[in-house]
Amino acid sequence: MSRPSLPPAARSGAGILCGLALLAATAPLLAPRDPAEQLDAAESSRRPPLSFLFVVRTLDREPLLAERVTVEGNDLVLERRSGSLRVPLAAVTNYSEQGIAERRRNWLGTDALGRDVLSRLLHGSRVSLTIGLLAAALALTAGTLVGSCAAIGGRFVDQTLMRTVDGLLCFPHLALVLLLAALYRPDTALLVLLIGGTGWMGLARLVRAELLRLKQERFALAAAAAGRSPAGVLIRHLLPNATTPLLVDASLRVGACILVESALSFLGLGVQPPQPSWGSMIADGQSHLATAWWIAAFPGLMVVAAVLGSSLLADGLSDRLAGLGAGGHGTRRRSPWAIRAWLGQA
Amino acid sequence: MIHFLLRRLLAAAVLFLIVLTLAFAVVALAPGDPMAPSDPRIPPEQAERLRALYGLDQPLPAQYLRWLGAVVLRWDWGQSYRTGQPVAELLFDALPPTLLLAGAALLAQYLLGIGLGLLAAFRPNSRLDLSVRVASLLVYALPTFWVGLMAILILAVGLGLAPAGGMTSAAAFELGPVAAALDVLAHLWLPALVLGLSMAGDIARYTRNSLIEFQATEAGRAARARGLSETRILLVHGLAHAAPRLLQLASVSAPLLLSGAVIAEVVFAWPGLGTATLLAIQSGDTPVVLAATAYGAVLVIAASLAADLLLTRLDPRIRVE
Repeated sequence: MSRPSLPPAARSGAGILCGLALLAATAPLLAPRDPAEQLDAAESSRRPPLSFLFVVRTLDREPLLAERVTVEGNDLVLERRSGSLRVPLAAVTNYSEQGIAERRRNWLGTDALGRDVLSRLLHGSRVSLTIGLLAAALALTAGTLVGSCAAIGGRFVDQTLMRTVDGLLCFPHLALVLLLAALYRPDTALLVLLIGGTGWMGLARLVRAELLRLKQERFALAAAAAGRSPAGVLIRHLLPNATTPLLVDASLRVGACILVESALSFLGLGVQPPQPSWGSMIADGQSHLATAWWIAAFPGLMVVAAVLGSSLLADGLSDRLAGLGAGGHGTRRRSPWAIRAWLGQA
Repeated sequence: MIHFLLRRLLAAAVLFLIVLTLAFAVVALAPGDPMAPSDPRIPPEQAERLRALYGLDQPLPAQYLRWLGAVVLRWDWGQSYRTGQPVAELLFDALPPTLLLAGAALLAQYLLGIGLGLLAAFRPNSRLDLSVRVASLLVYALPTFWVGLMAILILAVGLGLAPAGGMTSAAAFELGPVAAALDVLAHLWLPALVLGLSMAGDIARYTRNSLIEFQATEAGRAARARGLSETRILLVHGLAHAAPRLLQLASVSAPLLLSGAVIAEVVFAWPGLGTATLLAIQSGDTPVVLAATAYGAVLVIAASLAADLLLTRLDPRIRVE
């Protein structure tokens, strides 16, 4: 029988994530400008999407930006926000018969400091995706480790670990991350540690429950009876059979970590300026919402795309993996919903 | 029943102690000294005096016991480093707005979720069903703060359907009780909707799956055999079948709601626990941050306890276990 292919939902989810990863990887090539570049900030700030400005380079000063340029006599007249400015044609270095050819197009507009939103978005996706992926990997490792220890470590270890997990789960996730972020003022590496280090508790509970169930299955009992050590049974028999919820959780968790990172950065406790991340870009746009909606709108769409991609992938994976396990050793269908509910957090 | 109640209460109390201990440990083990002089001209004796005033000069275990004793016996969370006000008093003012917001969001998420779930369940695998499924994934992916900003931009600033922030109008103190309540309601609905949105998708999916599952059970087939209408089967019998798990979902969503409330409060300038926490974080006011985090955890414990107790009324089988 041919293996069923991934359901369309999972494929589109994986497609979205791969696309975002590709954008992030090639950001320096794709970005039209340096994300930190501020050229003639007074003129270039809060320009709407698709608009463009002429760049006038002169001998004696910084390049000037203008909405329109016309020639009057021996002068070049620049139409600027602050009014028109006359520059002697002789001083302009990039003027030709066709006029000023050099233009900067702001595909997604510019922010309040005149930086290009598209460039910042692309560079920000590197930061946000890296933190999301690494934090998810950390949470997955920690959750599996603690869950495994609890499942095979005997009553005392189990009780100690699980009561701690219960306690930690009572904290609203964001509140816990906020508390830690406030105390440690994290840089990017510490941020990964913080988000990943506070996101493993639900998974530990899930892994423990799954392993305890598998431990009673015949194949595990047989392996134990044949003299394999508990750790050996765990690694050779139990964990490989628990990959279904682990994979689904990993996929969901990437999205969840990106959400947490963006929320933290939005509150000013995550990625620090001038480094762009989606959350901090939204925060930048908050105070200019009524006059420049694009500053906050586009990075939000990126977050939505990333989280949607990871949910779609998780959704499809759980369908697919449940199908594979059907009729095997009792793999139950677990929707991401059930897993999320079990985790008690997203 | 009494036995069950006592057991649950005891478990909640133990969890409360664990939560307090964890919160204290996190704060005590963090680097940095809140009493370090911010200016080299401040004499070191001044810092020593402050440390003695706040009990920070004692060994950690002593600090812990003193702090725990004050919290448990007198609900005394210390004093704010910033204003000198008792923390409990400060947070007591911030609690009702947060509870109001979270409660309204809970209501919104259930109304939306159950409504959409019912719609989808009437015609499984129809186009409507599919759209509900996609929509539920989509709303989960929407970051609360971004949706909040966009809602303010489009609904509040653009269309003028709601005030852009705050809990009351500037002139609220002049209004009568009914008008004042309406004023709060006008400020409340948008943040509550935004906050409730992310979980509404999950509830819709759960309701749908549960209702479709119900139709295949004996109870569902019996209801159909008795000639009940489709509407009655789903609305009355189906929802009764789904109710216990839906209720459990409420306790699961409590931490999520509170996390979201922090964000929603900041976006909508809602004067609650979240706004107070953020202000305390920005000003390095550790006792307030610690207490606010613990308050969040206590609310979660209380919510799960309440859901457990309600659940035993809905489903008596749980008590036996």
